[in-house]
Formats: sequence, C-alpha cells, structure tokens
Amino acid sequence: MKKLINEPDAVVREALEGIEAAHSDLVRVVYEPAMIVRADAPVQGKVGIISGGGSGHEPMHGGFVGRGMLDAACPGEVFTSPTPDQMLEATKAVDGGAGVLHIVKNYTGDVLNFEMAADLAKGEGIEVEAVVTNDDVAVQDSLYTAGRRGVGITVLAEKICGAAAEEGKSLAEVAEVCRTVNGQGRSMGMALTPCVTPGSGEPSFELADDEMEIGIGIHGEPGRYREKLAPASDVVERLATAVVEDLPYESGDRVLAFVNGMGGTPLIELYIVYRELDRFLQGRGITIERRLIGNYITSLEMAGCSITLLKLDDELTRLWDAPADTPALRVC
Amino acid sequence: MSISASDVRAWITRYAQDVAEHRTELVKLDTAIGDGDHGTNMDRGMRKAVERLDGLEGDDIGAVLKAVGMALVSSVGGAAGPLYGTLFLQMGTASSGREELDLAGWTDALEAGAKGVQARGKAEPGDKTMIDALLPAVAALREAEKDGAALGDALRRSAAAAEEGMRATVPLEARKGRASYLGPRSAGHQDPGATSTHLLLSAATATFGEPE
Repeated sequence: MKKLINEPDAVVREALEGIEAAHSDLVRVVYEPAMIVRADAPVQGKVGIISGGGSGHEPMHGGFVGRGMLDAACPGEVFTSPTPDQMLEATKAVDGGAGVLHIVKNYTGDVLNFEMAADLAKGEGIEVEAVVTNDDVAVQDSLYTAGRRGVGITVLAEKICGAAAEEGKSLAEVAEVCRTVNGQGRSMGMALTPCVTPGSGEPSFELADDEMEIGIGIHGEPGRYREKLAPASDVVERLATAVVEDLPYESGDRVLAFVNGMGGTPLIELYIVYRELDRFLQGRGITIERRLIGNYITSLEMAGCSITLLKLDDELTRLWDAPADTPALRVC
Repeated sequence: MSISASDVRAWITRYAQDVAEHRTELVKLDTAIGDGDHGTNMDRGMRKAVERLDGLEGDDIGAVLKAVGMALVSSVGGAAGPLYGTLFLQMGTASSGREELDLAGWTDALEAGAKGVQARGKAEPGDKTMIDALLPAVAALREAEKDGAALGDALRRSAAAAEEGMRATVPLEARKGRASYLGPRSAGHQDPGATSTHLLLSAATATFGEPE
C-alpha cells in the first residue's frame, strides 16, 4: 500500500508538527505528552472539554480544538488509545476552575485509559466528569459485548457541548447536554475497502472487488455482514433503516443528518448518499433541520460512509448553530 | 530457590525480547479479531520498560515492578496499556519492599496482579481475554504450592496452565474488548491478549526456573 509519509513510526508526530505549523492561531501543540490545546486555554470560569483517541480518524479530534468546541485533544498512536498521562496533562492544561468534561468514545482502550486519567486528575483536585458515547447500532448492546462503539455522534457532541460550555453552563449541565446528544443520536457505517495502518502496511481485512462490509467500525475492524456491492440507494436504505428503527426516529421528528466519509470516498459520492438519505427520511415524515456532510471521523483511507442522525429540539439546534472556530469545523 | 530483583529485571528483559520476536504473530492474531496493534504496542511498551529499568537502582522488587507498570501505562495505550500496567503495578504493590520472593511470594504477587486486571477490565473467565491465560496460571501456582513443589516445577506448571488457557480461547466467542464486536466471527481465533500473557509466564519459567 502506497502512503504519502516519510517514516511509519513518525506519522503521528509529523502530522502534529503540520497542524502546529498550519494552525498556530487556533491551537498550540505539545509533544511530551502529545496533545493539541486551544491557543487561549485555560479559559477562566469555562468548563474545559477534552477528548482523545487513536490517530487515523482525522480531523477528529485534533481538528475540533478551538473556540466553541474542544479545549484539548489527545492523539494516540494510529488506532491506539492515548495514555492516561496525556489526558491528565490535557485536563490540567484546560481547567479554568469550572471542571473538565471528558468525551470518550466507547472502546475498551479509550475507556480504560480515560478512567485512569480521571482518577489521577481527581487526585489532583480537578473536578472531572466523563461521558462515554456509544451510538453505533451495528453493535448489539448486551452484557456479552463491550457495548456499542462511539462513532459519528462524538463529532456532534463535541460541537454542541463546546457551545454549551462557551455559554457558561456548569460541568454538570454540559455533561447532561452530552448525555442527551448521545442518547438521541444513532449511527451506522459501511465500507467499500479496508484501510491500511502505516505500522502494519497490511489491509485491516480482505474484501473482494464486488463486496462491501456493512456495520464497520472506525478502526478497520470488519463489520457484521459482508455482502455483494449494491447501489447507493440500497446501501442508504439499509443503514438508515437500522438507524431510524433503533431509537426510533418517528414521523414529525426533526433531525440533524450527518453523512460522514470514511476517508477514501469523494464528496460527490457522499452527496449521492445525502440525496438518498433525504428521500428516505422524507418518506418517513422525518425533517432534516440541520446537516453535516464530509469527512469528519475517518478510518485512514477506507472508502465508505457512515450515517448519523441526531434528534433535535430548539435548544440543541441553537447550540449547533452557535459560533465555532476550529481547524476543521467553522460556524460563523 | 527464590526470585531476586535482578531475576525480575532479567525476566522483564527476556519478556521484552520475546514480545519483539513474536510482534508479527501478535499483530496477526489481533488483526483477525481486533485492530492489529497489540504486537506493536506491547513491543513499544516493553522497550520503554527496559529503558526505565536501566535508569533504576536498587533491589526492591516492588519498585522494579511498579516502574515497569508505569512505563506500560504511559506508553502502550489501547486496552493493553492499562491492563498490563495494572498487572505490574499491583504485583509491585504486593511485593513492595521485598528483595526476594519464594513461591508463595511470587504467587501472591501474580494473584494480586490478576485481581487488578479483573477489576480494571471487568472480564470473567471465558470472555476470551488475557484473564483466560492469567487465572489458570495463578491457580496452577497455588496448586503447586499446596503440593510442596519446588519453584522451578511450580513455574513450569503455571506456564503450561497459561498455554492451555491460551489455546482454550480459540473456540470462544469474545465478550470483552474490540473482538466482542465481531460476535460469532471472533470464534476460531486465538486471543492476542492471552497469547502475550502466556509469553509473559513462559518467560518467567525460562528466567526463574531451575534447570530441568
């Protein structure tokens, strides 16, 4: 697999150096331990919000650091959770006296490392709340799995919670907003190709030219079903049906529709996906009140998409519309 | 026969070599049912652990084990970082201030480590995790202790139990960690965490065990 890199072991560091060079007006980059911190952090009196996870999902999370979204992001190695010392330092760097919210995607590694970090931060007298996102309907939520994965809703939660914190809401209130967003959000993804981590150089799974994988995660892990490739309309119907029927979203509901590319799918195809989703939801009497289309939570160069729906109310819509100024998402 | 701090250092060095040697195998096992980073992450972590021990003086076994645990926690990431980190930190706490461990001391330390891993990861036997290699190893040590076995014999029995536990993960359906997302498709693959745990215990046998 060809990659536009210098050195497999230096991928994360060199990407951080690029972000630092490009966006020093918005963020500062720390290397030991690795984190991207909002340029003016800590903002006194404001709840700090940090997130983090393995690298390879860019622009999430580092691209969402800035006014109106995250105060800091902790990048791990590619597809590997960051370590507790990173989250601890990030928590200290963004604590403006109002406490710090950890937004954690539900993966065993992320959850365990954030738990250790929260224990350490509390030990240093910082108030910490953690909310775990778990919106992926492809995973059965049962006692017999690690639970649903956190995927697309995490992007929306970071935007909406960032706005809530900016307004001066308390840590408990911002955490409650985060739980509401997670509770009203559902996602499902699919892939046309696997992805290749720089470290392994091997595809994460094998997929024939005429096959697709439904229900994939964002780490190149295989999905739940492998099927013959189908037209976009069928694929969207399959994903959207699973998403809509899970919450369920019902006739009369207003939603934010998020069509996300996995990294290797061009926007022209993502807009076809949006077209199909728009028709599908209209057919069910569900109104798309806000939308986001693009590559926001990716899986390296994987081709494919995910669909996330978030049920909106006036408050969430208002917070979604609030200004944000980050490298990857800007709302004026 | 007992285990000294320099034996423990030799065990860590040996384990780091074994992990480096089996890095590709661990990556392959993890690619099948996880995200393919276990070998790379453990290799990175164990290199850091060895580096940290190079800069640490003293004969306190607890201090050595805690240093290894901290190195893993701050360099491995993934689930393996907190889990292996906790294993060594708890073993270190259980052997704090000790300059020698006999069979009972070693068993107590490993048992404390296993309990820490279970508390952190909340896995039960049969969930297809490192616990499936670790708990049988502890049980075999306890059994050997009861039989009045020599240290070397007890270690061999614990490594054999870990190996059996590791092999027994093959038909299991994963219920913890990223492999659990695959449901039935996780069956038929050996668990990478149980595999790296077996390596850890066979490295202990090779380092502390009396010659056959």
